[in-house]
Amino acid sequence: MHYPMNTMIQNQETEKLLRETFTKNRDTIERFSADLMNRRRKEALEHFMQEGIPGRKTESYKYTDMPGLFSPLLHMNLQPNHVHMDVKEIFQCDVPELDTHIIFLVNGFLPPNSTPLEELEGKVLVGSLAEAARRHPELLEKHYDRYTSLNPEGLVSLNTAFAQDGLFLYIPDGTKLERPIQVVNMSVWEDNLMIQQRNLFILGKNSAASLIICDHTLAPWRFLNNAVTEIFLDEQARFDLSRVQNENNSSQHISHTFARQETASTMTSNTITLHGGLVRNNFYALLNGEHAENNTYGLYLSDRNQHIDNFSFIDHAAPNCTSNQLFKGVLDDQATGAFTGRIRVRQDAQKTMAYQSNNNILLTDEARINTKPQLEIYADDVKCSHGATVGQLDPAALFYLRSRGINYREARLMLMYAFAHDIISHIAVPPLRERIGDLVDKRLRGELSRCNACHINCGKLNY
Amino acid sequence: MEKEQDKLLREVTSGEYKYGFYTDIEMDTIPPGLSEEVIRKISLLKGEPGFMLDFRLKAFRHWQKMKMPGWAHLKIPEIDFNSIIYYAAPRKKKSPSNLDEVDPELLETFNKLGIPLDEQKRLTGVAVDAVMDSVSVKTTFRETLAELGIIFCSFSDAVREHPDLVKKYMGSVVPYTDNFFAALNSAVFSDGSFCYIPKGVRCPMELSTYFRINASNTGQFERTLIVAEEDSYVSYLEGCTAPMRDENQLHAAIVEIVAMKGAEVKYSTVQNWYPGDKLGRGGIYNFVTKRGICRGERAKISWTQVETGSAITWKYPSCILQGDYSVGEFYSVAVTNNFQQADTGTKMIHIGKNTKSTVVSKGISAGKSNNSYRGLVKVLKNAQNARNFSQCDSLLLGDRCGAHTFPHLEVDNQSAIVEHEATTSRIGEDQIFYCNQRGISTEDAIGLIVNGYVREVINKLPMEFAVEAQKLLQISLEGSVG
Amino acid sequence: MLSIQNLHVSIEGKPILKGISLEVKPGEIHAIMGPNGSGKSTLATVLAGRDLFEVTEGKITYMGKDLTEMAPEDRAREGIFLGFQYPVEIPGVSIVNFMKTAVNEQRKYRGKEPLSASDFLKFMREKKDLVEFDSQLTNRSVNEGFSGGEKKKNEIFQMAMLNPRLSILDETDSGLDIDALRIVARGVNKLRSKDNATIVITHYQRLLDYIIPDYVHVLYDGKIVRSSGKELAMELEEKGYDWIRQEYAGNGR
Repeated sequence: MHYPMNTMIQNQETEKLLRETFTKNRDTIERFSADLMNRRRKEALEHFMQEGIPGRKTESYKYTDMPGLFSPLLHMNLQPNHVHMDVKEIFQCDVPELDTHIIFLVNGFLPPNSTPLEELEGKVLVGSLAEAARRHPELLEKHYDRYTSLNPEGLVSLNTAFAQDGLFLYIPDGTKLERPIQVVNMSVWEDNLMIQQRNLFILGKNSAASLIICDHTLAPWRFLNNAVTEIFLDEQARFDLSRVQNENNSSQHISHTFARQETASTMTSNTITLHGGLVRNNFYALLNGEHAENNTYGLYLSDRNQHIDNFSFIDHAAPNCTSNQLFKGVLDDQATGAFTGRIRVRQDAQKTMAYQSNNNILLTDEARINTKPQLEIYADDVKCSHGATVGQLDPAALFYLRSRGINYREARLMLMYAFAHDIISHIAVPPLRERIGDLVDKRLRGELSRCNACHINCGKLNY
Repeated sequence: MEKEQDKLLREVTSGEYKYGFYTDIEMDTIPPGLSEEVIRKISLLKGEPGFMLDFRLKAFRHWQKMKMPGWAHLKIPEIDFNSIIYYAAPRKKKSPSNLDEVDPELLETFNKLGIPLDEQKRLTGVAVDAVMDSVSVKTTFRETLAELGIIFCSFSDAVREHPDLVKKYMGSVVPYTDNFFAALNSAVFSDGSFCYIPKGVRCPMELSTYFRINASNTGQFERTLIVAEEDSYVSYLEGCTAPMRDENQLHAAIVEIVAMKGAEVKYSTVQNWYPGDKLGRGGIYNFVTKRGICRGERAKISWTQVETGSAITWKYPSCILQGDYSVGEFYSVAVTNNFQQADTGTKMIHIGKNTKSTVVSKGISAGKSNNSYRGLVKVLKNAQNARNFSQCDSLLLGDRCGAHTFPHLEVDNQSAIVEHEATTSRIGEDQIFYCNQRGISTEDAIGLIVNGYVREVINKLPMEFAVEAQKLLQISLEGSVG
Repeated sequence: MLSIQNLHVSIEGKPILKGISLEVKPGEIHAIMGPNGSGKSTLATVLAGRDLFEVTEGKITYMGKDLTEMAPEDRAREGIFLGFQYPVEIPGVSIVNFMKTAVNEQRKYRGKEPLSASDFLKFMREKKDLVEFDSQLTNRSVNEGFSGGEKKKNEIFQMAMLNPRLSILDETDSGLDIDALRIVARGVNKLRSKDNATIVITHYQRLLDYIIPDYVHVLYDGKIVRSSGKELAMELEEKGYDWIRQEYAGNGR
């Protein structure tokens, strides 16, 4: 395939501009951050310049226009913003009756007027990554920027070069956190904005926690978030991560999640993409110890011109591990979607059980999906399988429902919900499961809660 | 029956590459290297009309601007295209019109390969075009077929005798710009087979091409073109072997199929190029572009391949389903052992309405080999009611080999139903134990299980080929059981 | 109640039903029998409104309304119930949610308030008991992983929930053992009244031992070739369908 030369030039220029931004603002960036974060910037920037922003020639970004996202280049947020609003007031409608410990992040930073780093029961630490780097350098030294090597692409290095803050979570050995922690990521500004959020979650031996991340936009601007999350699960740790992405239709969200899992650890992640202009989620997991288990689930519901691209790569490096990847999508209007799932089983990872599936429903002729489930297997005593389907709602099921008096629209909704339910049922926290079930139902009905936290109802877009 | 089995067993247990001999024969070659001059020389040697030279030169100029594709899951050593001999032909006085004029050494070579060119000795059901290195040696049953209006001859003869047909269809399915190896082939291809089935004719015998690389240091670049007019039918077979050498040799072929309204073309390959030795030395680089187009309504193209040879295989026989209700099929068994690498699969491009495609791929990896399935199912916007089902299974024999699956599904029409399924597994110990308990040795048990595993594909081959393919499978897997 | 006049139906241009006429009055039970491929299931499905089939000629009136253009859900709300020969599995849709939606849609259509959650559950329990439907099953997804018998019982349970005027039971007996058959038949009989009617489609006479028809029609090659009382079923059981083939194959067209 050939691409016009000017894309390349433009691309290189974008990268040069980013380098300039870095050089010009280096003092500001570094002033806010601990030394151990600053030490990595230069090398990361060089790596970024070398790798560049992945173009469509890069196989794993074939279906999503990355250079387009960075052009024209957006203003970047380089310090925490004071936001003069009661975030709790704004957010309350979205997750009622859910007893969580809530943390708010605004444009990738912990707002200055909140407690930077809290200590919860069992010496759990939660709060600002920047603050954690200052107060607990021993923890970050060990874990910060250690797990991105699973896919050292340019965009991850770009984040490392600019990263200042994000969420930090530390669960010490043996601590089992009862109450889920909920993080609300809000993007709000008076103009388009680029955000480079950086999160780090460390789960000690035999610890357990669940975390809910909600991504929201509070203004009708274009927000480009290039977020990196690193997760370390020590032996026998359990981690449930649920993520609800509900951002405005001009927002662009690239997330890179890296998990390293030691012996007998279990990680389950559910990513529910309800809205977003362009969403690209990358999931990487390294199963590094025996009997580790990884479950990566995703649901995407898209319409209009939305584009949702999920990329998931589970690397089995130790024997006797299990992984499940299940992604489902419903695409309406002119929405486009992509899925790439990869299972790699290394030579010594015998007795691996790995499963991967991607199912899609296209509701219109304009909707489009590209899916690439992949297996890369170097060990023989394994059970691996994958499957992918693209289709429509089952006409026989639709008729069955209608023959019982349920109208066409309702019958379709029931079937779509049933299709999505597969993913929702994997959410571990029951009230959250119900809540997300509700949100999905409303999303499918086109009546997503009239909540201030949801841009769908504000700005120029009429729902 | 028992005798047959004993024979098979013996063959299996002594299973080495049995086509590895070399025929000492007088050759016409040109010096190694690739340039416009070389291309002009090939064209001149073949006495081609001007349009052929133009085509070659355009392709060459395009190729010079291209790079080797790097996306396949293969480790391809650097190829020095200037050290390859692009034309090597067994010396002959003139085109052989009957068997007496063919060099007896050549006849003996093909006899040894089990492809007697003497029509009396041949099973009457198969017509053969035998290609050695750069040129076609002999095409059997030409006259018999000609009575039905079927043209079956070497590509060179076709250029001479049917330039209009060649001009019309050559490059219409695989343009020279298609990919690096297709461009190279278009520039330097030396011979190959040509086949034309007129409207309404069902070809009464299997047509086959047998490719043999003999000379050292040469590349083989052949080109096959099959045109099936409305409501015609043909079943086409392709086989290939090469001598055992420590060097790697390049084979970059093109196969183009055009199926008109209601036509059906079945193309079967048993690919058994020299795979290299147990340490991975030598063997053929098999970089092939095969593609068919269903031009009209209800046309059907079916690819069946059994790939056991070659050091590296890069091959994706594909179907463009342009006519409404047209059908594409791909059935594949790919076996890799020792240090072999294969990256093979198919592309099914759905353009017409109510088009249907089926993909069944069975990969078997043994030794330290790597075996990948790579596929694309693309449903274009106006391809209403397209259906695809793909099943891609991998079987691993041994713990130092790799099996990989890379399907791509691109769907642009909501009425499409596209399904892909894949599994990777090894032969269960319980299965082997069960056989052992019934008195079957482990080696035989694996043979049985592998045969069962590939049955679905082997059954698609014409009878004779199926038997051959089964033997080949066993030989290829020889010594893979630890 | 139901009047079918000279009904012709095609699928993808191929004629299946070739001129069927049938009158069904309240309180009646009609059995439609016939060999495989005679068009029995097509008739049932056309009455329920599946758009796979095209009505090329003729008329269906139900309660004085023309059915041919009516959406399947409206037919259901008007009181037509089809017991499917092969009930489809719908993963992820629970029976409770499914039936609640269906019952309330019907109530809405008839200008009634929707049932509250507790009233609905009570109502459902009653009907479950009435047709001997296993309580455990209602918590599961519609027909998912059900045995053949469970699927058919689920159909009868839904029939009880929706209380139709006209029930069409398409090969409800197929795949049932004798106990399940009895339960299904008992359910149908309990739901019978002088105001509603039933069309029983079956290949075998067996079901008609339990559900006694008033009329038996023999369908062959898209036409009703014979209509008579229940004794016709016995005759068919005895003689099979071959004699019909012989009698009608040549001159029936």
